[in-house]
Amino acid sequence: MSSRPASSRPPIYGLMAEFSDPNELIAAIRQARAGGYRRMDAYTPYPIEEVAHELGIHGNHLPKLVLAGGVIGMCAGYALQYWTSVIEYPINVGGRPLNSIISFMPITFETTVLTAAIFAVFGMLALNGLPMPYHPVFNVPRFALASRDRFFLCIEATDPMFDRELTRRFLERLVPRSVAEVEH
Amino acid sequence: MSVETGREYYGVSQVPPEIIGPGQTFETVTDRISQVVLTRETPKGWFIGLGIALMLLMVFIMSVSMLLAYGTGIWGLNIPVGWAFDIVNFVWWVGIAHAGTLISAILLLLRQKWRTSINRFAEAMTLFAVSCAGLYPLMHLGRPWLAYWLLPYPNTMGMWPNFRSPLLFDVFAVSTYASVSFLFWFTGLIPDLATLRDRSQNFFGRTIYGILALGWRGSARHWERYETAYLLLAGLSTPLVVSVHTIVSFDFAVSVIPGWHATIFPPYFVAGAIFSGFAMVVTLSIPIRKYYDLEDFITLKHLDNMARVMLATGLIVAYGYMMEAFMGWYSGNTYERYMVYARIFGHFAPAYWALILCNIIIPQMLWFKKVRANLAALWVISLVVNVGMWLERYVIVVTSLSRDFLPSSWFRFVPTFWDWSTFIGTMGLFLTLLFLFIRVLPMISIFEMRTLVPGAELKEELHEAPEASR
Repeated sequence: MSSRPASSRPPIYGLMAEFSDPNELIAAIRQARAGGYRRMDAYTPYPIEEVAHELGIHGNHLPKLVLAGGVIGMCAGYALQYWTSVIEYPINVGGRPLNSIISFMPITFETTVLTAAIFAVFGMLALNGLPMPYHPVFNVPRFALASRDRFFLCIEATDPMFDRELTRRFLERLVPRSVAEVEH
Repeated sequence: MSVETGREYYGVSQVPPEIIGPGQTFETVTDRISQVVLTRETPKGWFIGLGIALMLLMVFIMSVSMLLAYGTGIWGLNIPVGWAFDIVNFVWWVGIAHAGTLISAILLLLRQKWRTSINRFAEAMTLFAVSCAGLYPLMHLGRPWLAYWLLPYPNTMGMWPNFRSPLLFDVFAVSTYASVSFLFWFTGLIPDLATLRDRSQNFFGRTIYGILALGWRGSARHWERYETAYLLLAGLSTPLVVSVHTIVSFDFAVSVIPGWHATIFPPYFVAGAIFSGFAMVVTLSIPIRKYYDLEDFITLKHLDNMARVMLATGLIVAYGYMMEAFMGWYSGNTYERYMVYARIFGHFAPAYWALILCNIIIPQMLWFKKVRANLAALWVISLVVNVGMWLERYVIVVTSLSRDFLPSSWFRFVPTFWDWSTFIGTMGLFLTLLFLFIRVLPMISIFEMRTLVPGAELKEELHEAPEASR
């Protein structure tokens, strides 16, 4: 494959460098950012706050989504109890008011928590684009180690600065354990 | 701290050394924990354990079949003791479940890093205990096949449930608790399922774990949202777990039965739930860490901390017993005063004194460091607490009901063979699920353990502002 000229090779997803230490990865991201690269992602075996920070990821919309879920659950839970107990099937239980606000609180609370939790989990998966049956990064055999002990930086081909040879040389200067092309 | 910076909860600095054994690295942590699942040779002990669990499960299936065939008459309960073993066992199992959520949610919010190696396991315990608990009210319905009548759905009878009843609160509380616990547990599993997918040596492992991992690839952007979701779930689960046992206690406290109608019930039930739940985690984790050689991950420090939580919640429970007796006397109500007397000196007095011995007197040994460090002693104490907490529910449920307002309706409850076999049978269900879990899923959160190893320590200079160097 290296015998053919760069232009005739099929396009790739990006170039991936492998590191064995979180500090090396953070230093590499910092240098790549300084070098003008923007479209990249890091893959780590556990969450590292500094990695997200260096990649310029600040906050997300999940909390708002979960709040919305909670409000929906709260309204729906109370509405269900109000409608059934006051409108559809009014029944006098020991002279208590039909709209027994205090008695309706426990179930309202439960539906709030349930809906918010469902929004949290499925919202997180949806925003992350999961489940995703196929992704190019898995074409790199060594990427299996991303879920064990290795830290990967992938500069994507959609980056305006991306050049197959120059970017590869750039990544090699960061002294990674390996650099690999990520095929589509 | 805002939700956005939730990842700080996994912060890697200032880890006390004793919560993970020396010399651990990313590789050893990953390999050691995933090997339990991915090994080709299933240990013999696992087969023996599962075999015993399956035998008990068959006892359960037999008991339920008898119940479905003959009805609740096979049990020893009868009016006025309409609730007996089924509700005692329901409350006992729900209580045990609480430790899992406490460890995974409340200790996460309190930044207790030692929770990391026990949370997965405790969450699984929560799910299985809730499964056992949920079966009891269903079996107690008399016609369990009509259990869906509990749910509000439009039906041809034109009827709706009574939303003012704590029994209906319970339906919502327990089903919400089971659902949220499952979501929390599964969310925590996703990155570890990806590890199993990548490390599995055979086609089935790769396929099944691959499907379950949902294509997780550890992207920094994904981790960011993942941690926000995890933290929000912890924040949602914390009031939920307190609400569940509070609502269970409403089943009693909202009624007018002497010995039940007390405002102290909600906090006293929640403390008891945590007490029994931690006892169950200790009961299960001591043999498992020994058998699977996980002493580096579930260290003596963990057991010591759990013993301290048991001691503290045990004292809250002891205070609850004292206040229960005091309020009975102070109420000046004949029936309430008689109930205190009946519990302490009446027909069920042996159960009452046994529960005082198991829940108050014996756990005081946990004040001593030597006892907390002695695994055999700690294990026995945890079993004693489990027994004691079961007795507590037995005393609350059965004594109050059997000594009604009218002496003419008093009833002496005697459990039958089927009462016992159903109870022992649910232990079979619990253990079967637990053994299967240990075999097919990582029982310790691998990705969270990675944050504890020395290699995860970030260099100080990296925290400073970036320099534009090339």
